Amino acid sequence: MPAAVPDVQGRFGPYGGRFVPETLMHALEQLTIAYDAAREDGEFQKQFDYYLRQYVGRPSPLYFAERLTHEAGGARIFLKREDLNHTGAHKINNCIGQALLARRMGKPRVIAETGAGQHGVATATAAALFGFQCQVYMGEEDVRRQKLNVFKMRALGTEVVSVTSGSRTLRDAINEAMRDWMATVEHTHYIIGSVVGPHPFPMMVRDFQSVIGTETRQQCQEQVHRLPDVVIACVGGGSNSAGMFYPFVGDREVELVGVEAGGRSAVEGQHAATLSHGKPGVLHGSYSYVLQDADGQTAPVHSISAGLDYPGVGPEHSHWRDTGRVQYTSVGDDEALQGFDLCSRLEGILPALETSHAIVEAMRQAKRRAKQDVVVVCFSGRGDKDCFEVAQLRGQEID
Amino acid sequence: MNPIDQLFQKLRAERRKAFIPFITAGDPSLAATAAFVRKLAESGASLVEIGFPYSDPIADGPIIQASYTRALERGIQVDPILATSRQMAGDPALAARGIPLVGMVSYSLVHRRGPRKFLEQAQAAGYSGAIVPDLPLEESESLARLAAALDFKLIHLVTPTTPMDRAARIARLSTGFLYCVSVTGVTGERDRLPDQVLDQLRRLRKETDVPLCVGFGISKPEHVQMLREEVDGVIVGSAFVRRLAEAGTRPLEDVVNEMGALAKLLVTALNPL
Repeated sequence: MPAAVPDVQGRFGPYGGRFVPETLMHALEQLTIAYDAAREDGEFQKQFDYYLRQYVGRPSPLYFAERLTHEAGGARIFLKREDLNHTGAHKINNCIGQALLARRMGKPRVIAETGAGQHGVATATAAALFGFQCQVYMGEEDVRRQKLNVFKMRALGTEVVSVTSGSRTLRDAINEAMRDWMATVEHTHYIIGSVVGPHPFPMMVRDFQSVIGTETRQQCQEQVHRLPDVVIACVGGGSNSAGMFYPFVGDREVELVGVEAGGRSAVEGQHAATLSHGKPGVLHGSYSYVLQDADGQTAPVHSISAGLDYPGVGPEHSHWRDTGRVQYTSVGDDEALQGFDLCSRLEGILPALETSHAIVEAMRQAKRRAKQDVVVVCFSGRGDKDCFEVAQLRGQEID
Repeated sequence: MNPIDQLFQKLRAERRKAFIPFITAGDPSLAATAAFVRKLAESGASLVEIGFPYSDPIADGPIIQASYTRALERGIQVDPILATSRQMAGDPALAARGIPLVGMVSYSLVHRRGPRKFLEQAQAAGYSGAIVPDLPLEESESLARLAAALDFKLIHLVTPTTPMDRAARIARLSTGFLYCVSVTGVTGERDRLPDQVLDQLRRLRKETDVPLCVGFGISKPEHVQMLREEVDGVIVGSAFVRRLAEAGTRPLEDVVNEMGALAKLLVTALNPL
C-alpha cells in the first residue's frame, strides 16, 4: 500500500495541504495528533470495528448481480452493498469513526455539512448514539428538496441550520460549517462528510471508508478466487470511491474507474465533472481540481444527484488522476435515470442517483469485457431519498 | 522603502496609531469604492484595506460575505478591481498623505492568476502589500519569497487559538505589520472584545518589532480605547461594509459621509488630541 501519501503536510503529490484561516490551524494540528494516536491504538480500532459490525451491520455483502450481468451480456457485475448499512449509505462508516475520535478528544459537540442529507442523517445518528450535541448545516434549497432527511435529523435530536448565504447549496453549507468551527473549535469537532477539506480530513475520511475496499478485496477472493478486473465508484467529493479504491491502489492489475456527474452537458454550470473539466486550485481548505472561472471564483455546478453536485473533489483523487492510477469518466443526468430504472427493475434494488451513475459505467464496462471478467461497483447508497426527485422529473406526484 | 514601512516609522515617531478601514471592491460599484476610499483617506485613515470579493470566504462573517456576494452577482472581476485600484492609489487624497493600499485576497484568486503575476500586477496597481487569509504559514513559503523579491508586503495573521511559539514564528515572518485577530471566529462586529487579546499583544511585543494591528470585531470607540496602548493600529471592516448593503438604494453621498463620520469617530478615539 502506498504509505508515503499523504506526506506530513497532508500532500498527495502536489494536492491537499491546509488552505485555511490561521484560527483553524491549531485545531487541525491537534486533530492530526489525535488521529495518528487513535489509528495506532488497538483499542480504538476494536471499538470502530465493534460499531461497524454491531451497529452499522458490516460487512456489507458483495452481491453478484445476475440480471444486470445478463442484460449487459459481458463481464460479471458484482455490487458492494453499502446501501444495506444502517442509514442506507456508506456515509455512516466515516461518521462512526469521527464520532469515536471526537469522544476520544473530549469534544461534546459535533457539526456537519450536508447536501442531500445522507451525511447529515449519518452524523445525526452518530451524535445520538454517542450523546453529542449536533448541528447540521444544509443549503436552503436542499432543506426544501429533502424534507424527509430534514425530518430524520430533527427526530434524531439534531438542529438543522438552513444556509441562506452564497449559492445556498452544499458548497455554502461547507463554508458555514467551517465558520461555525472557527468560532467553536475549542469544544466542537467538525465531522466533514467527504475526502475533502484541509489535512487530515482527506486522509482520515479515506481511512474510515477504506473498510469498503478492504472487505471487497477479501470477498472477491472468497467468491471468485481472484481480484476484480475493474472497480467502479461514483465521485462527488469522492469518499465512497476513495474508500473503495484505496485498498486496491497497489494492485496494478485492478483497473479503477471513478464516475463523475456529467449533468446536462459539458457547458460550465451544467455538470459537476471536476476532474474532467476542472483545473487545480483552492477550495474548502485544500489544493485540488476545482471548477472555477478565470479569476478563481468557484463555478456553479449541476447534477441530478445532490451528492455529486459539488465543484471540488478530494485531493487524493486529483493525485490518482494525474498519475493515471484511476481513470475518471462521467455519466449524464438522463443516463443516470436510466441506470436507476434498470437496476430497480432487474435487481429489485433502488439505487441512489449517485450510485446510478456508477451502475451506468458498470454496464458500459461489462458490455465490452469478456464473460470471465469481474466488474465490481461500489453500491454507495439506496434510492429512497431520491424517490421524490425522480417522481417529480417524471411528472408524477408522491403525497 | 515600502510605503507601509514608511507609514509605521512615521506613526511610531509621532507616537500615533494606524487606523485601517477595510472596504469591499465593487460593492455597489467600483466608482463607489473609489469614493469611499477617498473619504476614508480624508477622514484620517492611515492605510486602506481593499477586499477582493471571493465566492467562498470561510473566514468572513455574514456582513462581508453578503457584500462579496453582491459584488460578484454584479459581475465584479479582478482586472477592473486592479484598474480602479491604480486610480485610487494615485488619488491625491491618498498619494499626498502617503496612504498605502493593502489587498485582502483569497489564495484561490492569487493561484488562478499565478502568484508571481498576481503580485506584480497588484504592485503595479498601487498595492504595497496583501493579506491572504487562507494561506497559513506552512503554505506561504513560495509566495513569501516572491513578495520579498518585489519588496511587496505579505501580512500574516495570528489568532487567539495560535499557540505562543507559533505566533512568535509567524510574527517573525510577517512583513509590513502583523494582523492580530482579536476573537476566535469570523469577521464581524462584536459587543466587546475578549481581554486575552491584550495579553497576547503584550507577549508578542516581546518577540517582534513588527507593527501589531488588531482586527475582527472592532466597531466602537470603546474597542479602540481598550486596544490603543498595546497596538500599532486597528483594522475596522464590517462596521463600514455593513453600510454598503444599502448603498445601492440610497444617495451615494449620504453613505460616503456616514463612513467619513464613523472613521473620524474611531480615529479620534485612537489618537486623541
